[in-house]
Amino acid sequence: MPRKLMKGNHASVYGAILAGCEAYYGYPITPASEIAESASTLFPKFGRIFLQAESEVAAINMVYGAAGCGQRVMTGSSGPGISLKQEGLSYCAGSALPCVVVDIMRGGPGLGNIGPEQSDYNQVVKGGGHGNYRNIVLAPNSAQEMCDLTMLAFELADKYRNPAFVLTDGVIGQMMEAVDLPEPVSEFPDKSDWAVKGTDETRHLINSIYLDHDDLEEWNRELERKYELIQKNEVLVEEYMMDDAEIVTIGYGSSSRVLRSAVDMARENGIKLGLFRPITLFPFPVDEIAKLPEAGIRGILTVEMSTGQLVDDVNLALKGRMISDLYSRLGGNVPSAVEILEKISELYGV
Amino acid sequence: METFLLPWRSLRRSPSFTGCDMEKKTVLRKPKGFIDVYKHKPGAEKDRTHYCPGCGHGILHKLIAEALEDFDLVEKTIVISPVGCSVFAYYYFHTGNLQVAHGRAPAVASAVSRANPDSVVISYQGDGDLAAIGGNNIIQAANRGENMVVFFVNNAIYGMTGGQMAPTTLAGQKTTTTPYGRNVKTDGYPIQVCELINTFTAPVYVTRTSLHDMPNIRKTRTAVRKAIMNAKEKKGFSFVEVLSMCPSGWKKDSLQSQQWIKEDMIPRFPLDVFRDISEDAEAVERPVPVMDPEEVKKIFGYSDFKAGTIQKNPEANFEKVFLRVSGFGGQGIMSTGIALANVGMEYDYNVSWLPSYGPEMRGGTANCSVKIQEDMIGASEVTEPNIIIAMNQPSLEKFEKIMVPGGALIYNSTLIDIEPSRNDVDIYPVPITGIADELGDTRVQSMVSVGAFAAITGLFDPEEIVRLMPSLFEGKPDKVLRMNEEAVRRGHNYVTENFSV
Repeated sequence: MPRKLMKGNHASVYGAILAGCEAYYGYPITPASEIAESASTLFPKFGRIFLQAESEVAAINMVYGAAGCGQRVMTGSSGPGISLKQEGLSYCAGSALPCVVVDIMRGGPGLGNIGPEQSDYNQVVKGGGHGNYRNIVLAPNSAQEMCDLTMLAFELADKYRNPAFVLTDGVIGQMMEAVDLPEPVSEFPDKSDWAVKGTDETRHLINSIYLDHDDLEEWNRELERKYELIQKNEVLVEEYMMDDAEIVTIGYGSSSRVLRSAVDMARENGIKLGLFRPITLFPFPVDEIAKLPEAGIRGILTVEMSTGQLVDDVNLALKGRMISDLYSRLGGNVPSAVEILEKISELYGV
Repeated sequence: METFLLPWRSLRRSPSFTGCDMEKKTVLRKPKGFIDVYKHKPGAEKDRTHYCPGCGHGILHKLIAEALEDFDLVEKTIVISPVGCSVFAYYYFHTGNLQVAHGRAPAVASAVSRANPDSVVISYQGDGDLAAIGGNNIIQAANRGENMVVFFVNNAIYGMTGGQMAPTTLAGQKTTTTPYGRNVKTDGYPIQVCELINTFTAPVYVTRTSLHDMPNIRKTRTAVRKAIMNAKEKKGFSFVEVLSMCPSGWKKDSLQSQQWIKEDMIPRFPLDVFRDISEDAEAVERPVPVMDPEEVKKIFGYSDFKAGTIQKNPEANFEKVFLRVSGFGGQGIMSTGIALANVGMEYDYNVSWLPSYGPEMRGGTANCSVKIQEDMIGASEVTEPNIIIAMNQPSLEKFEKIMVPGGALIYNSTLIDIEPSRNDVDIYPVPITGIADELGDTRVQSMVSVGAFAAITGLFDPEEIVRLMPSLFEGKPDKVLRMNEEAVRRGHNYVTENFSV
């Protein structure tokens, strides 16, 4: 298996190429620009389409067009750009169009800064645009996963005809690590029963309007059933040192990397700390988290680079049987393992 | 096929005209560009449009549907209907259809045209959609010379939402949001879109026609057919603006509406062919991607990769490297870190490299974190380094403070003339810049650092690093490789000759 040292942002583009992504439409924004730059370098080498759109709004609508024509298509951005894309994403979800969006989160709100944050959680995991819809959300925490989960995002997007996000932060996007490149995908789903290809047989309609109230309700119910199916089938988690853990930390993306270091340090000091990392944020590992209170856990600390967005979902999953504490850093600051251990010591007296 | 009587003679030359025998009635049928029964249209009336009496949309739809049939393009056409009265264009056209967000049809059409380069892509837009909310999208698609036709229906009003001011609303015109008439001092002037599109280099055909009487409908028919033919021949971007009646929005009857176009709209929106270079335009060919996994493996060099094959040194001085490299921008700080991570990867270590990121990356200083270890790496930021390479004085002062005891402090003694304050770490002053300058190029100082690092940690053999040079400096000329190889050796030798490691 070929191995290459690369940034998370680049790994995502490698994953896209390997997954058979045919077109990239994007707009520059720090700290996601390497994705567009890398796509502009790599896509033409494989005869694939790269176009720098005039705006984030145009980029997501180009994605809508390409997806409507049955192409595997991708865009990438960061918080402010994702905010702009929300209308288009709602249309993609409403028209059941598969597409992949990479969000390299930065500090907000407003212009914020270009440091790493995780404050797009709500706008990506909860839908974000208007209407009842969900995005499939994968949260890589390494360059390797930026490649692998981008590939998985294409697969899931096609499987469920739904937008799929690769959601991570500036640290994972900018960090270089070794990436083992998987085999390129060689089989692709047949989309001729719905995609518009400019042929006699593919004179289909891509559409999200349902004027009749009952029709629109039924369409929403169908989407709801799809999200239930995704919830049932696609949850992914990583557990580290959970077997005998008395205290559990929960985090995703770059915070989960710090938490891994914190677990190692805690174990050296005899503290039975474990790490629970959701890899999918939608579907959220509700059942897995609900089981924690029965497993002899006496403290749960959610660590995120946002003011309590992930912890809300953790607490919903816990259904009041336990309440997760929260430790957060913001504004571009990444928590350190030492400060997390101090917080654990303060909260749980270890 | 449903047939019905139509009074128009303008369609005489169309093949869809099926009766010319004087003995028979003149029977015109619906052109095949239309769906026979408007199945997507809700309600019982599946045989008529949703447009108001006297509206121009139906006429333009018919001209398009007829041209698509006549040119045998119905099957390969894709119509993009955005928001506005044309939102339901997909009820009617027997083509591929995408209903899209307000104003975004040109962006969607750009991608549709690239995905299906052999199809005829039609963006059918109203004036609020195209000239207000979608202003940037139409400008950029025109400027890119996308292979598409834009039909721009200018009726000087937002029809669908009930008659509000559009960018094309005339000065003084009353709408539901300009109840006292459009005041150009506050609302600006009606935008002349053809004139704007005509300022770009790429478009091949830009014209404005009208639907207010039969001679002008005929001219519109000519324009529609020309634009569609341009799309068929991939000539690029064609733009047809059509002045169209909106009796409901204008609160006028049909005849008054026709009269209003003639007397009020045309003076502001003169009918003209602003540009027609379609004859000379070359076809814009945009091939579609073909998926070939073998080609992907070839280009990514799957067969050449040999990673993680170098034997580790069991006698190395460090089991784990938590390194911080820092200095001025331009001192090769990032390259030093990336080179070390790359070499570590070839030794089959887990490695990570993180650039100074966030506010720190501006202002002329640079630093990066590198981790090299057997175990999986947690946090990639090095907060407690056991090794630092400080290339300038501010870096030394900043990072020596956070070092763990027993670590290795390497500093660039060419540029730093103070002594480190730590006495619980091993100190290695190395004239990194000086050695590079002796070699004839300051830029090789990052590889001097790499050589010194290899000697101090005992992790890497300098000759193995030299063997990796072609992959570290991919695409660089031999001369650069040789100089950097020498830099590694000199950095390494300086340490072994001057310190006991």
